[in-house]
Amino acid sequence: MSTAMSQNRGLGAAIWDYLTTVDHKKIAHLYLVSGGLFFLIGGLEAMLIRIQLMQPDNNFISAGLYNEMITMHGTTMIFLAAMPLIFALMNAVVPLQIGARDVAFPFLNSLGFWLFLFGGIMLNVSWFTGGAPDAGWTNYAPLSTVSPGHGVDYYVMGLQISGAGTLIGGINFLVTIVNMRAPGMTYMRMPLFTWASFVTSTLILFAFPALTVGLFLMMFDRMFGSVFFDTAAGGNAIIWEHLFWIFGHPEVYILILPLFGAFSDIFSTFSKKRLFGYSAMVFATVLIGFLGFMVWAHHMFTVGMGPIANSIFAVATMAIAVPTGIKIFNWMFTMWGGNIRMTSAMLWSIAFIPSFTIGGMTGVMLAAAAADYQYHDTYFVVGHFHYVIVGGVVFGLFAALHYWWPKMFGKVLNEKLGKLAFWPFFIGFHLTFFIQHFLGLMGMPRRYWVFLEGQGLEAGNMISTIGAFLMALGTIIFIINVVYTAVKTEKVSGDPWDGRTLEWSIPSPPPHYNFVQTPLVRGLDPLWVEKSEGKKGMTPAEPLGDIHMPNASILPFMMSLGLFIAGFGFIYQVDDKGWLALVFIGMGITLGSMLTRSLKDDLGHHIHKADLEKDIEKGAGQ
Amino acid sequence: MRGWMGKFRSFFLFGALTILLSGCGVDNLSALKPKGYGSDLLFDLMMISIAIMLFVFVIVMAIYTFVLIRYRQKKGQEDFIPKQTEGNKALEVIWTVIPIILLLVLAVPTVQATFDLADESTKGDDGVTTIEVTGNQYWWHFSYPDDEISTSQDLYIPTGERVYLDMKSSDVIHSFWVPSIAGKMDTNPGDNDNTMYLEAYDEGVYWGHCAELCGESHSLMDFRVIAVSPDEYDQWKEDMQNVDPEADAETADAQEGQALYEDNCMSCHAIGDGAAGQGPNLTNFANRTKIAGILEPTKENLESWIVNPEEVKPGNQMPANLVSEDEASQIAEYLMELDHSDIGSNASDEEVEEE
Repeated sequence: MSTAMSQNRGLGAAIWDYLTTVDHKKIAHLYLVSGGLFFLIGGLEAMLIRIQLMQPDNNFISAGLYNEMITMHGTTMIFLAAMPLIFALMNAVVPLQIGARDVAFPFLNSLGFWLFLFGGIMLNVSWFTGGAPDAGWTNYAPLSTVSPGHGVDYYVMGLQISGAGTLIGGINFLVTIVNMRAPGMTYMRMPLFTWASFVTSTLILFAFPALTVGLFLMMFDRMFGSVFFDTAAGGNAIIWEHLFWIFGHPEVYILILPLFGAFSDIFSTFSKKRLFGYSAMVFATVLIGFLGFMVWAHHMFTVGMGPIANSIFAVATMAIAVPTGIKIFNWMFTMWGGNIRMTSAMLWSIAFIPSFTIGGMTGVMLAAAAADYQYHDTYFVVGHFHYVIVGGVVFGLFAALHYWWPKMFGKVLNEKLGKLAFWPFFIGFHLTFFIQHFLGLMGMPRRYWVFLEGQGLEAGNMISTIGAFLMALGTIIFIINVVYTAVKTEKVSGDPWDGRTLEWSIPSPPPHYNFVQTPLVRGLDPLWVEKSEGKKGMTPAEPLGDIHMPNASILPFMMSLGLFIAGFGFIYQVDDKGWLALVFIGMGITLGSMLTRSLKDDLGHHIHKADLEKDIEKGAGQ
Repeated sequence: MRGWMGKFRSFFLFGALTILLSGCGVDNLSALKPKGYGSDLLFDLMMISIAIMLFVFVIVMAIYTFVLIRYRQKKGQEDFIPKQTEGNKALEVIWTVIPIILLLVLAVPTVQATFDLADESTKGDDGVTTIEVTGNQYWWHFSYPDDEISTSQDLYIPTGERVYLDMKSSDVIHSFWVPSIAGKMDTNPGDNDNTMYLEAYDEGVYWGHCAELCGESHSLMDFRVIAVSPDEYDQWKEDMQNVDPEADAETADAQEGQALYEDNCMSCHAIGDGAAGQGPNLTNFANRTKIAGILEPTKENLESWIVNPEEVKPGNQMPANLVSEDEASQIAEYLMELDHSDIGSNASDEEVEEE
C-alpha cells in the first residue's frame, strides 16, 4: 500500500487509509495536521486575550469567558499543539535517522495518535456544552474542584485520554531507539535529534504518570465524591500543585529538548560542519533531562515551603543553566568556521539563539527563590515562559518544519515566503513578550481579566497586543506558504540540503518501507562519511530480500473512540446516573477492540524482492 | 546583605541599571520602586541577577554577531567544505566552569535573602504586631488578635517596624502581594498557614493585588496597605477599639439605612471586632480608600455596588437586588457615616494628588 497506490483510489479510500495506517510517516502527517489545527485554535484564543487586554477596564469578553480563554489557550498550546507537533517530527524523522523501517510498535503508534486526538477533541467540545475549563492550565485545587459546571471535568477526561496517548508514544520511541538502530548506529553516532527524542521519551515515561495520578484524584474528587483536595474534610490542596509540577516541569523539557536536537542538526547541516562538541551536547541533553526532575518546586516558591526547601530548589534550578549554556556555546561554535547558508530553517534557528538566551536568563532570575516572591504569578513569568516556549519550541518547530518538509512531502517550502513569514513573527514575538517582563515588575499579576487605569500599564499592554497581531500575520503567511508549496512547487530529490544524516540518503517522501536495504553506519553523520569518500549513498548492511511490514488496522481508532464515548458518560453521570450507559458502551467498544487485537493473529505482510527491484528502477534505492 | 550591597551600587553598571529600571511604573505599586524592607532586599537581588545575566548576554551576542557576519556564505564559496572540527576541550571547560562560578555568585545572596525573609525571630515578642490575613473570594480580611480589632480591605500598619502576617484562606488559594513593600505569599485553605512580614519605610497608601487565580474577579481583588507613623498607629488602634457597633446613626436617612442594614446586611457583614464573616468587615467604612477594592469611594458608586454587585465584581457572593435603589441609598448614607478613625485618611488624599 504505497503512497502512489493510494493516490489512485478515491477520497474515501484515502481517508480509510489514514484512519487505519500504522506507517510512522503517515502518522506524522496526522500529528502535523491535528497539531497545526489546535495551534491555530490556541492562537485565536491568544488573540482574544490580547484584545481584551488592549486597554484598561476593557469589556471585550466577560470575566468568566476570559478565565476559560486563558485556561484553554495554555492547555491547548502545551498538550494539543506543541506535543503533537513534536510527535509529528519524531515520527517523521527518528526511524529514518536510525535506519529503521518503522517504529518498534506501529500499532501502538497509531493508538497513541488517536488517543491524543480524541482527548483533544473532547477538551474542545466543552466550548459547546456549557463552558470550557476555567481554573487555569495548572488547574489548581480547590479552585478547580469547586468550579461550577462541567468545564473542569472535560479538562480531567480530555487530558487523561490524550495523556495516555502521549505516554504510549513515549514508550514506543524509547523502545524504537533502543532496539531498531541500523548496524553500526551506536548510541554515540546517533544524530542529536534522535538523542533528544530518546531523552524526551524517557522524560515522558517518568513525568506523565504523575499527571495521570493527579488527574485520577481530581476525577474522583469531582465525579465520585472523594476529598483528596478538600481541606474541610481533611484533604490537602497543595498535593495537586506538587503532582502537577512533578509532571509540569519535566514537560517543559519534553517540549524543548527535541527542538534542541533539531537545531543541532540544522546548525550542523547549514554550516557544513559536524556538530561542535558532540559528546558534550549529548551529555548536556541527558543532564538537562535528569535535572528537570529535581526542580519542580520552583513553581511553588510562594506556597510556603519554607526557606530550606526554597533554597534547595533555587540552587538546583540554577544548575540547569550550565548544560543549557554549554549547548548555546556549542551551537555558536558549530557555526564558527563554517559555511553558513541562510535558508529559512537556518533563519529560525539563528533567531532562536538570542531569544532563548533571554528566556534562559530570566529563568535564572526566577530561580533566585526570594526574588521570585516579586516575579511569581506576574507578567514577568508570562514573558519568561513565552520566551522559552515561543522563542525555543515554536521557533524550533518552524525551523524543523522548513528543514524536514522536503523529507515529509517531497517539496521544499518556498524560501521567499518562508522569510516573509519569519520577520513579522520574530518582531511581533519580541514586541509582545519583552515588555511583559516590565509589566510584571510594575505590578501586573498574570491571569488578570482587566487592569485598572492609572497604574502605568496602558502603553505596555498596547505594545504587547500590537506584537500579537504581527505574530498572527507571520503565522498566516506560513500557512499560505504551505498551500502555495503544495500547489505550485516541483518535487525535489531526496537530499535537497546536502544533508549529513541517514534520512537524506533515501527518496523524498520515502517509500513505505523506508530503506530497500538496511544501511551500514560507519560513523557520526553517516551520509556525510560516505559523501566525503566520494560515494553517492549508503553501503547496504544486508542483501536485497523480502521486507516484513505490519498490517494496517482500524482497532486503534476504535479503542480511542470507545474511551472518548466513555469519557462523556463519566462526566455526565454526576447529573444523571443514566449516563453511565455511555460508560458501558464506550468501555465495551474499547475492551472489545482490545480482545479482538489479542485473539486475532495479525502477522503482517511481506514486500517481495521482485517488487523492490521494480521500485529500485523507479529510484527507491538512490 | 544590605551592607555590602550598598557598596555594589556604586559600580557604574549597577548605578545605571538601578536608575534605568526605577523609572518604571507607578509609585507605591511598582516592585521597581521599593518602599519597604522586603522589596528593597529583593530589588537588590534582582539587580545582581540582571547584572550577571547581562554580562553573559553581551558575551553570547558578541560571539554570535561575529560568527554570523564572518562565516556567512559568500558568493562563489558555495562548494567550500569547512574543516570538520570535533570540539575543543579547553573551550568547553571554560564555558562550563565560568557559568558555575557566576551562578554561585548569585546563589549566595539568593539563599541569604530567602532565609532573611523567612525570619520569624521577633514574632510574638512584646510590642511586635501580628496580623491575621484571610483571603476570600474576592476580598481580604485583616484581624489584629492582640488588639481585638477587625477590618477588611485596608490594612493599617506602623512604619519602620516589622509587622508579621499570619496568612490563610477561607476558600480557594489566593496570593497576597504588595509589590512596593514586600514580595508575595500564598494564602492556602486548610492547615497550610503561612507567615511573612511587612516593613514599610515611609507613610503612605500602597497598592495590593491578589496574585493567584482565584475565580472570575481575581483581577479585581485589590486592597491597600496604609502605613502610618507608630504614634498614629497607636491612635488608630485606640479609635478602632472604641467602636460601638450599635451606635445610632445621625441623619434620618442614615437611621433608616441602619435599620435596613440590620435587616439585610448584618447576617454577612460586621462592624467592630469579630471573626471574618461571609462578607467584609465594615468598621471605619467611611475612610476606605476604595469601595470593593476598586471603585472610587463615592456614594453613587456605593449605591450601585449594593444594588448590582455582579456588575462590579463578577462571581462575588453578595446577592443582587437585595434592596431597592432607594433603600441602597439609605444604607449608603449609613455606611458613609461609619467614620471611626481619621488616621491615614490624609495619606489617601496624598495618593490622589500624586495621580
